[in-house]
Amino acid sequence: MNDLIEIRWHGRGGQGAKTASLLLADAAFNTGKYIQGFPEYGPERMGAPITAYNRISNKPITIHSNIYEPDYVVVVDDTLLESVDVTAGLKETGAVVINTTKDNDYIKESLRGYKGDVYKIDARKISIETLGKYFPNTPMLAAIVKVSKIMTDEQLLNDMKGSFKHKFAKKPEVIEGNMKALELALKSVEKVNN
Amino acid sequence: MDIRERLSGNEAAAIAMKQINPDVVAAFPITPSTEIPQYFSTFVSNGDVDTEFVAVESEHSAMSATIGAQAAGGRAMTATSANGLSLMWEMIYIASSLRLPIVMSLVNRAVSGPLNIHNDHSDAMGVRDAGWIMLFSENNQEAYDNLIMAHRIAENKNVKLPLMVCQDGFITSHSIENIELIEDDKVKEFVGEYKPDEYLLNKENPIAIGPLDLQAYLFEHKAQQALAMKNAKKVILEVAEEFEKMTGRKYSFFEEYKLDDAEIAIVCMNSTAGTTKFVVDSLREKGIKAGLLKLRVFRPFPAEEIAKALEHVKAVAVLDKADSLNAAGGALFEDVTSAMYVNKKQVPMVNYIYGIGGRDTKADDIESVYRDLQEIANSGNVENPYRYLGLRRK
Repeated sequence: MNDLIEIRWHGRGGQGAKTASLLLADAAFNTGKYIQGFPEYGPERMGAPITAYNRISNKPITIHSNIYEPDYVVVVDDTLLESVDVTAGLKETGAVVINTTKDNDYIKESLRGYKGDVYKIDARKISIETLGKYFPNTPMLAAIVKVSKIMTDEQLLNDMKGSFKHKFAKKPEVIEGNMKALELALKSVEKVNN
Repeated sequence: MDIRERLSGNEAAAIAMKQINPDVVAAFPITPSTEIPQYFSTFVSNGDVDTEFVAVESEHSAMSATIGAQAAGGRAMTATSANGLSLMWEMIYIASSLRLPIVMSLVNRAVSGPLNIHNDHSDAMGVRDAGWIMLFSENNQEAYDNLIMAHRIAENKNVKLPLMVCQDGFITSHSIENIELIEDDKVKEFVGEYKPDEYLLNKENPIAIGPLDLQAYLFEHKAQQALAMKNAKKVILEVAEEFEKMTGRKYSFFEEYKLDDAEIAIVCMNSTAGTTKFVVDSLREKGIKAGLLKLRVFRPFPAEEIAKALEHVKAVAVLDKADSLNAAGGALFEDVTSAMYVNKKQVPMVNYIYGIGGRDTKADDIESVYRDLQEIANSGNVENPYRYLGLRRK
């Protein structure tokens, strides 16, 4: 892993992009890393575009600005592709991961000529299948771990079991579904370009 | 052994308060400090602390209630931001003039208007002459450590002044980062018990607090407040030394980051200092001798020490995250330039107003300041000392 990995999340208010960034920070922390997880607070309301960020490093992190040249971008809602330049500043050595069922031509076209790697995943299908409801953040968490290789699949699964137990202490019935969502998502990330 | 954790700045402040376990906390919620009393009230409900939590109806009442509690002989704390602090204004001065060592967690946010919930330092700068000790914190760790040290400084018999610990709203208050926590029993021992000499609920020695104080005495009382602020300097260093023995983490009036051999330097406070360190490191790799003076103790203002620390550099930029709107520079700039002049240090100085209302301060912005400083260092001239950083012109 590089000394510093920077990730930018694009989602809509209510989809859990902020929570996903905090869970990723949690998981990376548990593998011994230095982490930052923070949302960019704007006029928050259900459905409005929101941005969240992660920095993950082997060394202490002092920088406290937003992230303008991320190594990875996660798009939790593909309707943002038309209104937000999600790959702005994204390093071409990096990658973008999109929650979508759109075809590859549409995806390539909407990314405005981004030359790095592009991955997609159907987080809706995974979420409905495992949780019975649409919570895209858990599958997207698994997807970014798979693509960025911040940690191994096993590290993620072991760690998140503990985190979910803590997070869902009052509704343990959703822990199993969330774990299944992670497992399924790890297997479902698909590369769009070669 | 310190406890490795990851917490937001607000969580860190709330946990410090839990470990301090004050007698009274009175607070009214306001973004971005809302989480502090929110978490703390959970600790109260769960029985983790034996604090009396007063959910007041306004910040004026929050400060009034902490004043009442502290005057009665208890240890009182509160938390607020921006307009909450504005509403406390009247009582802020009462707290310091009654010499009540109340401790406040101030999560810095722009004071309205127009309405803005994001970070700058206009709230803190508005009370800079109110007689409170003011500590600034780069990150969650410093917000936590400063709170653990706060009561020891404020309650010292030679000080007896209220103290506020500042951190940047959202930037650190809502960012999850690594932190080293101290064990509960160690904090308890370090902070100790509050045993005031004189207090309202002492029936053995009844006193009055806050009576009329006219021409004959107010001046002398103000001079005593000023003396207490001067005394605080020694106490701040003593407490820091003891804290370092416990944790290994070193604190002083300010942190000098690669300043020893620096030719150009930035002076700033809170989270921007972290971003500046990042830029200093990258400039050093290119052979540019950049340095940073990160001010921690803004009140009392360590004028002589700052002048000494900056005397060898060729150009200094002071970054103010609040505009004094006086056509003559920000508050921190005025304090630093005054410190240099009085101590007869001739170094070209330039001021930047930046980050107002949450405008993000990027590494590139800080780098542009160092580039300006290189020019000033070469020419020895400052064309315009009052500048903006990150202002959109059109």
